[in-house]
Amino acid sequence: MQLVLEKRTERSNTIALVSPLIAIGLTIVTMTILFAILGKNPLLALHAYFIAPLTDGYSLQEIAVKATPLVMIAIGLALCYLANAWNIGAEGQFLIGAVAGSWIAVKTQGTDAGAWVLPAMLVLAAAAGALYALIPAICKVKFGASEILTSLMLVYVADLLLDYLVRGPWRDPNGFNFPTTAEFDPVATVPLLIEGGRLHLGSIIALLVVAAAAILLGRTIKGFEIRVVGAAPRAARFGGFNANQLVILTFAVSGALAGLAGIIEVAGPVGHLQPGISPGYGFTAIIVAFLGRLNPLGILIAGLFLALTFIGGEQAQIAMKIPLDVTKVFQGILLFYVLACDSLILYRFKLVLANRQVTRGAG
Amino acid sequence: MELVEAIILSVLAASTPLLIAATGELVTERSGVLNLGVEGMMIVGAACGFGGAWLTGSIFIGALSGIIAGTLMSLIFALMALGLAVNQVATGLALTILGIGLSGLIGAGFVGERLTPAAQLHIPGLTDVPLIGRVLFGQDAFVYFSIALIIGVWWFLYRTRAGLILRACGDNHVSAHALGYPVLRIRTLAVMFGGACAGLAGAYLPLAYTPFFIPGMTAGRGWIALALVVFASWRPGRLVIGAYLFGAVTILQLHAQGWGVGIPSQFMSALPYLATVVVLVLLSRARTGGSTAPAALGTAFVPDR
Repeated sequence: MQLVLEKRTERSNTIALVSPLIAIGLTIVTMTILFAILGKNPLLALHAYFIAPLTDGYSLQEIAVKATPLVMIAIGLALCYLANAWNIGAEGQFLIGAVAGSWIAVKTQGTDAGAWVLPAMLVLAAAAGALYALIPAICKVKFGASEILTSLMLVYVADLLLDYLVRGPWRDPNGFNFPTTAEFDPVATVPLLIEGGRLHLGSIIALLVVAAAAILLGRTIKGFEIRVVGAAPRAARFGGFNANQLVILTFAVSGALAGLAGIIEVAGPVGHLQPGISPGYGFTAIIVAFLGRLNPLGILIAGLFLALTFIGGEQAQIAMKIPLDVTKVFQGILLFYVLACDSLILYRFKLVLANRQVTRGAG
Repeated sequence: MELVEAIILSVLAASTPLLIAATGELVTERSGVLNLGVEGMMIVGAACGFGGAWLTGSIFIGALSGIIAGTLMSLIFALMALGLAVNQVATGLALTILGIGLSGLIGAGFVGERLTPAAQLHIPGLTDVPLIGRVLFGQDAFVYFSIALIIGVWWFLYRTRAGLILRACGDNHVSAHALGYPVLRIRTLAVMFGGACAGLAGAYLPLAYTPFFIPGMTAGRGWIALALVVFASWRPGRLVIGAYLFGAVTILQLHAQGWGVGIPSQFMSALPYLATVVVLVLLSRARTGGSTAPAALGTAFVPDR
């Protein structure tokens, strides 16, 4: 007796809709077991993770703040992945964006520079992120080097560059030797939406990005090309679509979005440039992109959900001394289940008994 | 003279984990499977390896724990990528994310603890020969094992029938299946071998390289191992050269920092990563007229029944 995979004659739309929910359900079951192994009350832990952050206004704002970079990066990654271009280095593009934008903030510090500072920072960050993402894209298109490896290697380079800058030339002279720049001037800071709150303009930008991506993918020829090149490369060649050009384009767009997310994070919630500005947003965004089925609206929902796990993880650490690494484990397991459930859209399980075959539909 | 010896010794030490992990991945990829989770399997191997050695006081048990941990991690990958035909790139990434989290959980209790590192060979007379004595006869077991491992893999791939079948699966899984070979079973074994090697390579770090565990101590070595397989054009012989070359770059930048070269340390630390990018570009460019990669690399196989 054996369980084997069998290709479905057509993709299952039911499973396509419910698969993220099944994945989240399975993840929660797995986490319950993990909490029990760690000797924590699973019900209390799940409450701290998923319910508590939803019950007060401050945490709700914080979820939106955390979801902002995740959604922006994931939208860009989704474009890449749809076109079958594997940008894994969003974390590096995020950091380079943060560095490039901070350059203006640092150079104008204490001067009477006007309202142009923040827009200039945003533009420069997006441009820098795009250029940084173009390195692996060009290496891939021109030389055939694996974009997976090159984009990832550049994450470490970006991290070291940031580290050098805040420990060296950009260090705050009044910062007690901490590796950080001085707090940005108000003109170099992303404005808050609610006075005294946490929500900032970046969340609005993220929503605009989602809308723009939805229009691009659903309503334009370019979006159609991206989807065809990824899903049916042969058909795309016959259609005269230039796959290389799309690799360059999607990498540049995703780099720009990651860079923009980087400067918004630094000039927004953080307020200065320092190492460790990202708890792995660039990598978590990969999960967001897949959990959201590479669909802009789905990514918005998935981004909010993963932001919830970040906030819930922090609260669970404070309230129940659950290690922060549990959040990463949670995210990894979630991605596994999402991918596994997605497999059931195209395949179904079949139970093979010695000679007779019994088909068992999987949901 | 002593400086040269010291440099060669540290290059050997820095190259060994790269060589072990890359050897495992080479076998995995020759069977047609691209497992990008090397970094994740390595870091879990490091945490479990340290844990095993610290609890039992035995380096051997530590290495074994690393191997078992890496193999278990690779089984998750095999279940997903082979059992469920999930996209291998995405699955490998998931494995790395999971591994980083898991290693933090497992290693949390060991942070700050120290181990006696793995003993080094000492043959009176031979080991004391200047310059080459310690290089050849004064290493820990991991270093000798890594050399034996790559020779064994070369022999297996090119001199045995099983190796030929494994390569056949990597080049054309449909034909291999038509000839009656159990493609998925062979690939599962290859993935497990890759996991065992990655786990051992990870365990080497806290057991021999630095005698303590720090979260994230693999620092991208798993990814460099992946790049090395490309660098080696999927051939064991070139893998050895590549691993020692990369070890040398890592060590040279450390020494350059020590000599007080007027370059900020961060730029020197970035060298191995930049070197990887440059090498990937140069090699991919040099490879005109068809790639040497296993033809079926990274493609899912669902047998028709």
